Amino acid sequence: MAVTETEATRSAIDPKRLRADFPALAQNVRGHPLIYLDNAATTQKPEAVISAEADYYRHDNANVHRGVHTLSERSTKKYERARARIAQFIGAGSPGEMVFTRGTTEAINLVAGAWGPVHLGKDDEILLTELEHHSNIVPWQLLAERTGARIVVAPIDERGNVPLDSFSERLNKRTRLVAVAHVSNALGTVNPVAEMVRRAHEAGARVLVDGAQAVGHLPVDVRALDCDFYTLSGHKMYAPMGIGALYVREDIATDMPPWQGGGEMIRAVRFEETLYADPPARFEAGTPNVGGAVGLAAAVDYLDALGMAALAAAEAPILDYALERLHTVPGLHLVGEPDERVGVISFVIDGVHPHDLGTLLDHAGVAIRTGHHCAMPVMEHYGVPATARASFGLYNTTADADRLTEALIEAREVFQR
Amino acid sequence: MMDSDLATLYQDIIIDHNKSPRNFGELPPPRHEADGYNPLCGDRLSVYLKLDGDRISDVSFDGSGCAISVASASLMTEALKGRTVAEAGALYNRMHALLTGSEKTGGEDIDLGKLEALAGVRAYPSRVKCATLAWHTVQSALSDEHKPVTTE
Repeated sequence: MAVTETEATRSAIDPKRLRADFPALAQNVRGHPLIYLDNAATTQKPEAVISAEADYYRHDNANVHRGVHTLSERSTKKYERARARIAQFIGAGSPGEMVFTRGTTEAINLVAGAWGPVHLGKDDEILLTELEHHSNIVPWQLLAERTGARIVVAPIDERGNVPLDSFSERLNKRTRLVAVAHVSNALGTVNPVAEMVRRAHEAGARVLVDGAQAVGHLPVDVRALDCDFYTLSGHKMYAPMGIGALYVREDIATDMPPWQGGGEMIRAVRFEETLYADPPARFEAGTPNVGGAVGLAAAVDYLDALGMAALAAAEAPILDYALERLHTVPGLHLVGEPDERVGVISFVIDGVHPHDLGTLLDHAGVAIRTGHHCAMPVMEHYGVPATARASFGLYNTTADADRLTEALIEAREVFQR
Repeated sequence: MMDSDLATLYQDIIIDHNKSPRNFGELPPPRHEADGYNPLCGDRLSVYLKLDGDRISDVSFDGSGCAISVASASLMTEALKGRTVAEAGALYNRMHALLTGSEKTGGEDIDLGKLEALAGVRAYPSRVKCATLAWHTVQSALSDEHKPVTTE
């Protein structure tokens, strides 16, 4: 019975068929069909998302919340529907817990800027992990500089896991905040965030989970994770660039002061004193990216129709197959072999610099990322200046993994002359 | 297998100088030196120079980077040895024009020799900085700015 269900699920999700939903994938690059394996940088967008955003501008465009005219009301309705949609998608308690941002970077900066100075003082600690993206490091360093707080780092092991023991050892009564990636953008490591949250809460710390690399690959339920903050970037989950969201648990949001000031976030402004709006409006100064929010809602609709559990089940064997194929490339070394991985494979090849690999693969129509992936501490950990990174999305197939493997073998041959 | 752009970029001479870089390693002090860094791809080079009056009597480099940046540095050290500082400056301008495809004229009389092999990067805007890194770094070493060069 269970087997039949799995088969049914897998046949329902056919990456080859889904590929047709993404217009940008239907092109040749340097004479070869495009194989897009840079999804951790940004995903391609399905037609449904592109047309949802375009339709918004064609028919509904008006500023939100302030107008009484028809278009403004329609626009407001679409914007708030988008908020409710993303709240529901990641299991937030109510739409009021979702703040729209430009993306994960802005979401983290919002927490560091609004929540941070109130709750952190001299010698307080912010616990990060060694595999964080720069956007989950630098805002906390800026906050530490302002407040006198310290950054503490939980190390990764050789495989690229964050061992829970060494994580726990760094939690103490001075730890005010833990900021951790749900999924590593450089290694693909899935962190045991639910357990990390449990341990951090036991120590009295709040937890921010950077979900940029997770939401497009895994079912996410912020209430099951029990985290205090959760961040996401639309463009890494098949939605437009420039839109993302921050989940803030309601009791924390209520006590959180504003971040940026401006229109939209106020109740009444007098030169003597300004009254701020309730969350989430309090954190959304200025005219929001309504078209982006509408596109994000369309991406959520697209993903929900497929089912995140089914998607994750369909992606896993393709990633396993790619790992298996990459092992056949002479001189290839994986960088990071985490116990649990989604989406991302980092590697180096003896004698060929990742940057050259990137150019050579582009000539075969294969788009990968090369460099430090905005995770320089991870590169330092492995003693490499850069890696090549192939990152998968819902439209990638085993044939894409084959093409990647062949292109890598050909690239190596160029350097074997 | 390779198409023509790619064959132009990864010529035998580039592959060779990447695999066996010439003048690789530090020169003993006293020396002029500078560090160069390309944050985009993590290329890091150090360039070392010895001057005999106005003439570059010896030049070397070390560090790590992609084939284009290593080959460019290696070819550069060969080209600079024995030249005067003024000649090195003129060569720098000539190379900059060659690599970026800029229209700026001047120095056409300079024979680039093997350095012509680097012209292929012009077709790859994201790779031009790899090829120019060593050249920027040597300019910094000659001016003794003691400020690391970065391409960003």
